[in-house]
Amino acid sequence: MSDIRLPSLGADMDAATIVSWCVAPGDAVQKGDLLGEIETDKGVFDLDSREAGVVAALLVAPGTKVTVGTPIVRLQEAVPVPTAAAPEAPEAPEAPEAPEAPEAPEAPEAPEAPEAPEAPEAPAAPEAPAAPSALAAPAAPPPSPSPHHPHVSPLARRIAAEHGLDLAGVTGTGVQGAITQADVARALAARDDATPAAPTGAPVPTPASAHTPATIVDGMRRAVAAAVTRSKRDIPHYYLEHDVDLHAALAWLARHNADRPITERVLPAALLVRATVQALARVPELNGVHEHGAFTPSSAVHVGIVTALRGGGLVAPVIADAQTHSLAELNAALLDLVQRTRAGALRTSELGGGTISITNLGDRGVRAVHGVIYPPQVAIVGFGAIADRPWAVDGMLAVRPVVTITLAADHRVSDGIRGAQFLADIGRRLQAPEDA
Amino acid sequence: MTQDEMRALVLAELQRIAPEVDGAALDGARPLREQVDLDSVDYLGFLVALHKATGVDIPESDYEAVATLDGCVAYLLAH
Amino acid sequence: MAEQAQAPMPSAAAPAPESPATPATVRMTYREAVREAIREAMHADPRVFVMGEDVGAYGGCYAVTKGLLTEFGPERLRDTPLSESAFVGAGIGAAVGGMRPIVEIMTVNFSLLALDQIMNTAATFLHMSGGQCNVPVVIRMTTGAGRQLAAQHSHSLEGWYAHIPGLRILAPATVEDARRMLAPALADPDPVLLFEHALLYNVSGDVPPADAFVPFDRAIVRRAGHDVTLVTYGGMLARTLEAAERLAADDGIEAEVIDLRSLRPLDEATILDSVRRTHRAVIVDEGWRSGSLSAEIAARIAEQAFFDLDAPLRRVCSAEVPMPYARHLEQAALPQVDGILAAVRPLVTR
Repeated sequence: MSDIRLPSLGADMDAATIVSWCVAPGDAVQKGDLLGEIETDKGVFDLDSREAGVVAALLVAPGTKVTVGTPIVRLQEAVPVPTAAAPEAPEAPEAPEAPEAPEAPEAPEAPEAPEAPEAPEAPAAPEAPAAPSALAAPAAPPPSPSPHHPHVSPLARRIAAEHGLDLAGVTGTGVQGAITQADVARALAARDDATPAAPTGAPVPTPASAHTPATIVDGMRRAVAAAVTRSKRDIPHYYLEHDVDLHAALAWLARHNADRPITERVLPAALLVRATVQALARVPELNGVHEHGAFTPSSAVHVGIVTALRGGGLVAPVIADAQTHSLAELNAALLDLVQRTRAGALRTSELGGGTISITNLGDRGVRAVHGVIYPPQVAIVGFGAIADRPWAVDGMLAVRPVVTITLAADHRVSDGIRGAQFLADIGRRLQAPEDA
Repeated sequence: MTQDEMRALVLAELQRIAPEVDGAALDGARPLREQVDLDSVDYLGFLVALHKATGVDIPESDYEAVATLDGCVAYLLAH
Repeated sequence: MAEQAQAPMPSAAAPAPESPATPATVRMTYREAVREAIREAMHADPRVFVMGEDVGAYGGCYAVTKGLLTEFGPERLRDTPLSESAFVGAGIGAAVGGMRPIVEIMTVNFSLLALDQIMNTAATFLHMSGGQCNVPVVIRMTTGAGRQLAAQHSHSLEGWYAHIPGLRILAPATVEDARRMLAPALADPDPVLLFEHALLYNVSGDVPPADAFVPFDRAIVRRAGHDVTLVTYGGMLARTLEAAERLAADDGIEAEVIDLRSLRPLDEATILDSVRRTHRAVIVDEGWRSGSLSAEIAARIAEQAFFDLDAPLRRVCSAEVPMPYARHLEQAALPQVDGILAAVRPLVTR
């Protein structure tokens, strides 16, 4: 039995709303399988499993906002449990007593529920077997976890006792999912007039679609603001620029692409990323994370590609283990990732975990970009426009395609000389692209 | 395929990448990347999409010819 | 510091001293209200006199006693040396000897120099003399932050004094209370400490006729509501009321706001009555959270209204740091409207 927790998709994320589940108790999942969708300030993402096993319980109802690290899915070891599909799964329409829950698993009835910020623990399954809430009941009885008592406010407990109401069937909407006076009142009303199809008058929100594009952009702005503010507050940046003649690289690339169908054509950007990744191998103090006062270098290069979204905002999806990619693989990954980012089809495993970032504003014509490091990373490499510029070649003036490569790095971890060596190394590698 | 059909196809692929594009507001004779915010990834994605829809492989040396909407439609029809 | 705190004096703000009980509602500043209360008391009782640092010639470091030296002379407006222990002790001695002293201490931080006199003498004399010696002294002092006076002039230590049996602790939060609380404080046979928040002196407000005054040991519901009880006092009353209006406008949450007025003894009945109706309580206290007055109130609610609570108790207090000098840090350390909103909103679910 193990719990999958809400992953962090970056330093700027501290909570997410569960939009929907696409697995149910009893389903076997492999690492990488889709579990459901979550919505952060940056949009909706597919949540893929980081472990294999059998879903024992979904611990968080759709529409609920939970903080990073909250257990959201309980997995059992992958021993098949044939009868695992819970008979009292939440969809069961005859679930007793709480009329508002059963047919709307994505809508716990209180509009405030998704907001409840103080609910670090997953709302617990009530003690009694039937859980008519939106939560899945624990699937497999044998190794059942210690019974988890729901929070009940003192007032709610007193009123329930006075009316002889069994609280096992009541969904809490208060702080930390506590059952409140209002929840008890609803349950009593439901019990008293036995017309199950009469939900309370409260409008039922549809949390999955509660975020309009405008609020997502607002949320995105807040998330970006939080990350860059933290970066500029905590990270002493230093900045370097280096101009590189791309004459040889672009000529090589033109020859390379001429022989290939359009689907295999390599972008100059991929060449730049490739040179950066290779150069990083020699400067470990630029690749890794600085957390809790200490820097941890990474042997693998997980490159965050800073990607602007149409309509505003930034996401930095990660090409994992970029040092193992050939140029063609890197190019394909870059195209795929950027296109899926803009199409809103990223998976959670593609966010977070970056060890360095690359930002490229060259297509928009700027000469150089001085990046803001994405914490807890310690460096960001920027590419400006590849533009024809006057360039001295063998004592003569020539016109060459030149790019300005910039580095913003964390001075706590590295010094300018290492950054300079790194940029120079990228420049050298771009003179001999055929080695790429 | 008629010129109008091809134009509609090109616009549809463009809008798949840049949903904000208003086909009626595009100047067919001006380079697309001056009118639509397309970076190199978007642009290559656009050309790949055209390739998949029409079977026409546009070599890099012909990028100049397909830079405008009109040029693009004419090029695809010609090939 | 004294210069910084000195505010311009309205030239002819003083009503005729012969009519202490003003017939109708009048408008004045908190500073004027305290001054008028002192004038009234000095006219009414020859045993009343004022002593403290710079209260006479300078007019008080917050200009409360400005002009009184001319009116009453140096016998009754006594400038003292800069020794809180000495002049508070002298005031207590005068009270034991039959006078009705009003002792002014510049800020609550400085009152710590006189803590021995207040705690070991004023608060204990009646007890240790077997009921023979009352100590009818009134000690006024400034409390609270918000004026960038940093870590030695800005704290809210009234909660400490509210810990001490034998003292009465008052926190006038309104101009009316500033105007009306002094007289009953002087009439009290036991020591009374009045805490005046530094940010209130320039606030203007209405002072209704004296007969409208609610007894000083009772808390007052300053705003009625049914969703949550906000308990506060002194300098935090205004922003708590502002938060209540925001909750009503933005969230449809009707908060009841209780002004404690008396920090010792506490008017439990008013607090508990409200919490039993609203089922939720948030305490807003400028003091530090640990071992604070807010902790005391929360404990009493939990002790006596536990089965009426529908949500956890919450507190909004100052950050547990010495009060910073820098304005943005000082503001960040203090309870603010947004902090009150953030504390209340999750509690009120429907």
